[in-house]
Amino acid sequence: MEIPNVADKWTSGVNEVTIGATKDKGGSRQKTITVGGSKCIPFMDFEGNPGHKPVIAMDVYDIPPDDWTETLTRPFADVINDPAQWAKKCVEQYGADLICLKLDGIHPDKGNKSAEDAVKTVKSILAAVGVPLIIWGCEHDEKDNEVMPKVSQAARGENCLLGIVSQDNYKTLTATCLADGHSIITMAPVDINIGKQINILVSEMDFPLNRIVMFQSTGALGYGLEYSYSIQERERLAALTGDKMMSMPVICDVGHEAWRSKEAKSNDNDVPQWGPREERGPMWETITATSLLQSGVDIIRMNHPRSVAAVKKCIDRLY
Amino acid sequence: MALTGLDIYKLLPKTNCKKCGRPTCLAFAMQLAQKKANLSDCPDVSEEAKRVLGAASAPPIKLVTVGTGARKVEIGEENVLFRHEEKFYHPTGVAVTLHDDLDDAAFDNRLKKINNLKMSRVGTEIEIDLVAIINKSASAEKFADAAKKVSGGSHLNIILSSTSVDNMKAALANCAEKRPLIHGANADNCESMAALAKEKNCPMTVTAPTLEELADLAERVKKVGVEEIVLDVSGDKPKEILQKLTRIRRAALKKNFRALGFPMITFACDDDAFQEISMASTYLVKYAGIVVVNTCEPWGIMPLLTVRANIFTDPQKPIQVEPKLYAVGDAKEDSPVLFTTNFSLTYYTVEGEVEGSRIPAFILSVDTGGTSVLTAYSGDKLNDKVVAKAMADAQVETKVKHRKLIIPGLVAVMSGKLQETLGWEIMVGPREASGLASYLKTVWKP
Repeated sequence: MEIPNVADKWTSGVNEVTIGATKDKGGSRQKTITVGGSKCIPFMDFEGNPGHKPVIAMDVYDIPPDDWTETLTRPFADVINDPAQWAKKCVEQYGADLICLKLDGIHPDKGNKSAEDAVKTVKSILAAVGVPLIIWGCEHDEKDNEVMPKVSQAARGENCLLGIVSQDNYKTLTATCLADGHSIITMAPVDINIGKQINILVSEMDFPLNRIVMFQSTGALGYGLEYSYSIQERERLAALTGDKMMSMPVICDVGHEAWRSKEAKSNDNDVPQWGPREERGPMWETITATSLLQSGVDIIRMNHPRSVAAVKKCIDRLY
Repeated sequence: MALTGLDIYKLLPKTNCKKCGRPTCLAFAMQLAQKKANLSDCPDVSEEAKRVLGAASAPPIKLVTVGTGARKVEIGEENVLFRHEEKFYHPTGVAVTLHDDLDDAAFDNRLKKINNLKMSRVGTEIEIDLVAIINKSASAEKFADAAKKVSGGSHLNIILSSTSVDNMKAALANCAEKRPLIHGANADNCESMAALAKEKNCPMTVTAPTLEELADLAERVKKVGVEEIVLDVSGDKPKEILQKLTRIRRAALKKNFRALGFPMITFACDDDAFQEISMASTYLVKYAGIVVVNTCEPWGIMPLLTVRANIFTDPQKPIQVEPKLYAVGDAKEDSPVLFTTNFSLTYYTVEGEVEGSRIPAFILSVDTGGTSVLTAYSGDKLNDKVVAKAMADAQVETKVKHRKLIIPGLVAVMSGKLQETLGWEIMVGPREASGLASYLKTVWKP
């Protein structure tokens, strides 16, 4: 029996954004990463070009995280005090496509480290690895506005992906990224209208659309995953139908969010009916990522090496 | 394709008699098209109209029931491709395999383990739905024995999987009253399997390598008289399965293609539990009616069941936590008390931050009908009286010695009135939950 053709015809697609710059482009990266470019519903390449494969950015912190369980710290035990070595291990041993440096230590409540410290950390990571870099502030507006411009200048020409900017605080970082040739992450808290609004605000400062990545804040499995899922699905549909202010690639913060949940981090003694954390934690992170992938995600921030390996394999098998 | 109002109008008596309660036949037709009226409201409708409209109004994806009683699994009858358009109605059934070639002890052990796959998370019990008995032994006797054991020794619904019609018949003799799903019909045996399914009034699957052949098989089975069909979506690669799931759902919903208008089952079985659960959850969010896995460990099943809970949540209706006083950590009489709303996303965000601060605290979830802080405040669902009532209902004054209440920074404006109504000192917390850890560490003093 003949089956009706169900391939949708889309008029548009997700923007392509390239992160990182090699020597001939004024940077020092050994490779660049291009994300986005999809012209179909995720993984439905019978109706259009699926674009670039989703990539994984592994988180590296400028100070040792104080809320990580032993399951999560163990793979990094030898490098957790040295962000550069940590980044190197993520790339060389765990196959990270990118490194996401999270500058938690500059937060006034988490060490209040100076801009000079942050610059030093960024430079050491740029020297240690050849992959492109995401640099994520501490989400304290004043401190980020003080530190991120200096970090941006120090990494000038490397075409890093810097974030995050929100509708209440975007001008400083947008201007800096524009001047230093970086790309930017726009953030909206699970709200598709604000998500579009912040993209418009940033683009009104003459920031090129093909240097913006969207972040809708991520709900972990069991903790609002469906909100992120549906908003990202709607963003993809908007991109496919030609909404230029919703056509940016999407980044998710899976590792941090998944490992905050009880299901991932609880001690075995406290939840014997859930099984051992050694399996339970990495699985929770993995399934948060693989479920969100179906909504349309281009960059996934992750933590545990086992989850990274599983999600990479999953992407390869579906792509 | 669904009929338009005008298509329907042509089939109506066109007398504008108003007996249906609408001013004109056209108005009635328009409401029928939007599924806001029932054809039975028209007393003069012709048999011809009933036949045409009845066929057109049948759901594009057939509802299939596996099992009986309160635990039965209902799949199909979905209306949309994306959950934000409406919602997904019938949660995917989760099945775990049980091979009939295991020795008695191993079989009993595994069945016991499968029976115990229930977990409690965020105050809700979650559980799998089905055992898939696989006729790996190829023996009719063993298959029938396994069916008997599961039928008597498990509360779960049953999938019987065998390509042998004789073996299926033997197993059905021991569990047909449980209304198992018959899995194993293919191009070679589908008429005989269908005859069995019809005789025992059981739902059945059809398996074929391509969608074209799958549609043919479904038609053949329908001709034998079986209505409840489940399409077994298989493939060499996960990508192929995922794309087939989408193609079938689209064909049914967008093209009203009846031959594929059935719910789907996928076998995600893989020796690598991480890959297995990854694929099972992928198929689950993308339209599988039943997913079958080998993993029978809670750390694999719990995330799968949680994906289901998340994706099948009604997106129009905010999810709520029970409005009450929650103790985070070892909260004592000198621990801080905060309130937030009972919108689950708001509540769990606050809870997560408080937990992250490692400062034991009480969180009062105030009943705002499941709306967020600002929405509730603007709608007057969150005011001094509502908070005072929630404080009284939860008997907060008996839980702590101090009289200080931390309120969300977003509703700082209500602090004066609240202080008056409650007689407690009001402390204005941060505007975002992310500021809670530092607030509790630096500002809070008992």
